[in-house]
Amino acid sequence: MAPPTNRRSGNSRRAQYTTFFGYVAGLVGAGIGAGLLVISLADPTAFGALRGLGGDVTAPASRIATSGKQGSQNLLDGVRAYLAAGRQNAYLQRELKEAKVKLLEARALANENRRLKALLGVNDTDRKPVATARLVGSTSSSIRRFATLSAGSMQGVQIGMPVRSPLGLVGRVVETGRISARVLLITDPESVVPVRRARDDVAAFAQGRSDGMLQVRLINLGINPLKPGDTFVTSGSGGLYWPGTAVAVVTAITRDGAVARVLSDPAATDFVAVEPVWAPAPEEQTAPAQPTAAGSTPE
Amino acid sequence: MRQRWLPSIFADRGQSRLNKVPSPFLARAMPWGTIMLGSMAPALPLIASAPVLPPLGLLMLLAWRQIRPGLLPVWAGLPLGMFDDVFSGQPFGSAVLLWSLAMILFEFIEARFPWRSFAFDWLIAAGTIAAYLLLSAIIAAGSTSVATLLAIVPQIALSALLFPLAGRIVAGVDRLRLVPFVEIS
Repeated sequence: MAPPTNRRSGNSRRAQYTTFFGYVAGLVGAGIGAGLLVISLADPTAFGALRGLGGDVTAPASRIATSGKQGSQNLLDGVRAYLAAGRQNAYLQRELKEAKVKLLEARALANENRRLKALLGVNDTDRKPVATARLVGSTSSSIRRFATLSAGSMQGVQIGMPVRSPLGLVGRVVETGRISARVLLITDPESVVPVRRARDDVAAFAQGRSDGMLQVRLINLGINPLKPGDTFVTSGSGGLYWPGTAVAVVTAITRDGAVARVLSDPAATDFVAVEPVWAPAPEEQTAPAQPTAAGSTPE
Repeated sequence: MRQRWLPSIFADRGQSRLNKVPSPFLARAMPWGTIMLGSMAPALPLIASAPVLPPLGLLMLLAWRQIRPGLLPVWAGLPLGMFDDVFSGQPFGSAVLLWSLAMILFEFIEARFPWRSFAFDWLIAAGTIAAYLLLSAIIAAGSTSVATLLAIVPQIALSALLFPLAGRIVAGVDRLRLVPFVEIS
């Protein structure tokens, strides 16, 4: 590219000063940026109001675009379903028979569960979702994993509320605007979820790796009891996340835990539910801790 | 007969452009507007579980800086970076700092290497984007694990490959913004 000759300041004192102050302003800009960065690293919520405003402005447009995306996906799925209809029909009928049996068993288990809970005097706290909304965008170019939710403080969404889809845990609300909210996805490197193995209560922490996987770290170190295919659910310790929500399934074993794939892929979820913050009552808090501790001792 | 080999926009031999100037507002606002549009990409209904989308705001900024040197002032990284930080999910101030540094770097490169080829410009832009993504990841994640850094490798490759396309888009917008359509009264 030819050098742009019109940008030489030449002998004009005024042009020279303009160039010089341009550089100074550029450096001052970098300095202001460093200052803002220090503030926001010290206090991550510092500029939340500004981000909330940005989310509110773009959320309506994103919501319309999201419904369009859903429509086009459905169309493609419809075409694809025609191609495999016969084979799928036979497979689904076989699966339905099995599922009916499983459903009856599950009903029996639910009954038993209710009876036992009544026996123990544990009363289920109301777990009705605060709001049902769509994830309308995500910070897809940053290493941080935030998503924008199409419901905000006007719908009753508050900071700290867990967000889940029918398939499992998605994240929790970290900032709210009036009609939008920012959700910290569980794959974010700063998200840590207390989990336990669904089968036998091996307690662990699931930390995001920001590449769609979770790093599961066992609390009790020793012989690693995990195997690929193990499912982890939230343990509810520390409050915030309701116990028993599905989180991830182990894909690879590491020295101090495992790498797990998130069960509820936020890209594939249509609607998500915002749940109230789970705060165990003081006398209940000790009760679930006991089986956790007992189950997590290495066999 | 002359009209035959002329491009279609000159078919009326410039009569539609006579006595007209580009809109001064559009000519000044469109570079800033396109960069801000790129920064608003996280509002797209794309829910990614890994960082995949190139930093479109930065791509647009660098493309404008290379195609029209001097159009954006050196301090443009301050307001544009601040706008980017509102949407990007990075700690507020990271784009302000890194975009300002990128603008100063480009000013320096322009003074140091006045004659540059397309490949050289692409190389500089790709290097700047890679450094930006790496530093952003370090700033955002605090402690850096290998898995986190590996997560941005596809993004770096995609951004570097897409940069010439951003240049094409910017060149198109640049032509559009200088179309004379406002009558001189």
